[in-house]
Amino acid sequence: MAVGASAGGEVFDLDRAWTLSSSVALRPERFGALAYDFHTRRLSMLKDPGLVEVVCSLSNHASAREACMAAGVDDGRIVSFVRALDALRRSGVIHERAAA
Amino acid sequence: MTVSVAPTARPVRGRLVDHLEAGLDAPICLTWELTYACNLACTHCLSSSGRRDPRELTTAECETVIDDLQRHQVFYINIGGGEPTVRPDFWHLLDYATSHDVGVKFSTNGSRITAVVAARLAASDYVDVQISLDGADAAVNDAIRGTGSYDTALTAMRHLSDAGFRGFKVSVVATRHNVGQLDAFKTIADRFGAQLRITRLRPAGRAVDVWDELHPLPGQQRQLYDWLRARGDEVLTGDSFFHLAGFGAGLPGLNLCGAGRVVCLIDPVGDIYACPFAIHDRFRAGNLRCDGGFIKVWRESELFRQLRAPQSGGACTTCSEFDMCRGGCPAAKFFTGLPFEGPDPECVRGLGEQALAARDTVNIPRPSQDHSHARSVAATGPTVARRSSRPCDAHPLAATETAANAVQG
Repeated sequence: MAVGASAGGEVFDLDRAWTLSSSVALRPERFGALAYDFHTRRLSMLKDPGLVEVVCSLSNHASAREACMAAGVDDGRIVSFVRALDALRRSGVIHERAAA
Repeated sequence: MTVSVAPTARPVRGRLVDHLEAGLDAPICLTWELTYACNLACTHCLSSSGRRDPRELTTAECETVIDDLQRHQVFYINIGGGEPTVRPDFWHLLDYATSHDVGVKFSTNGSRITAVVAARLAASDYVDVQISLDGADAAVNDAIRGTGSYDTALTAMRHLSDAGFRGFKVSVVATRHNVGQLDAFKTIADRFGAQLRITRLRPAGRAVDVWDELHPLPGQQRQLYDWLRARGDEVLTGDSFFHLAGFGAGLPGLNLCGAGRVVCLIDPVGDIYACPFAIHDRFRAGNLRCDGGFIKVWRESELFRQLRAPQSGGACTTCSEFDMCRGGCPAAKFFTGLPFEGPDPECVRGLGEQALAARDTVNIPRPSQDHSHARSVAATGPTVARRSSRPCDAHPLAATETAANAVQG
């Protein structure tokens, strides 16, 4: 089943390979993390520690779905994670990478 | 502050706003006023700037602060003053910060943004520039910022635009005289490929003497709110209008008072205040020279501990709008002589006006310091006694201060 969030005609594809942008730094916080993009000068808040774990491990997995599974994101939470990952994609915090 | 929140459905422990109100281990960002020196004498200056203070932090001390910020991942700082570019080491400190993972947005009146400087700024991703403008024409602007300041600001904007700097900020303090010019400000920003930023006029610094005549009238507050709501993320507000959230929905941003919780101010002599609108001993958390460095003050100051504790909210907590406005801005209450547990002076329900009418006007607090040029002190009422200096010879940096100051000039 394809789980996606549409934005500007695109859909966040859980089955593709993603990575944290090189211009973004993460600062762990009790609620999750602050993410700052030095290129766009935008600050984002990741307000779930599980999301932080997924975002940090994206580059170690062949797909975002795999990263979510490894972080223990169950089926009930996957939709909200896709929505959050899509917001991060739109703001440039994460981007697609060539699959290994 | 440009903040977006990734919409995860289930925050694991408590609401985000609760975490932020309880304070973070390091600020999200901070304002750092590098000098009290300024070539202008704006009537509403938050820091009563004009003359340089001989005790201002040295280059080496500033570098130590930046190292501290890098270590604790404070990703960006808002540099202001005074006019920060008059510091001879300003460009060095800018480079030092950006090469240490601390992004900088600096506020300037534009007087030193030449074509050459603009080209240099345009080349750096880590630097953002904010040009102050308080009127969409010279008459309205110069009445506050001084003769010629409108032309200076627009010349700086043209230089930045010509250099290809996209998205620099045009920063406007909303006043009674410019709320009617919001569209005109937007046109100016658009013309230069800049982003408009509108912030609240706070009664702090020299503005304590002009706030009564300059702050937007109740009908204008509504006009301002509606205009900002219609523009969404397009126009920045520095989170400064959370007191207007009582009109309906909050404006984009965190909509809370971040003072001492997620933001603070470092002043030119190293005093650390809860926020840029509260330069008064009542809001002073400590001094980074005397009290063990910036992070130690941030984490251990008794004042900040109090600001992070659950707030009683007083009379406001029973108000239907309290969840929206959170009682408003403590600094605005303080400098207008209103109690912290009562309404904001610009409360959307009009409770602030009632409180102002009933307040004790004899004991309204005055700013704790004044670095105004002599002429502007004379122009703005009674001279304020300057704060006594707080020498701290025990600090290891104290011995190097004189030598470094000599280098700085």
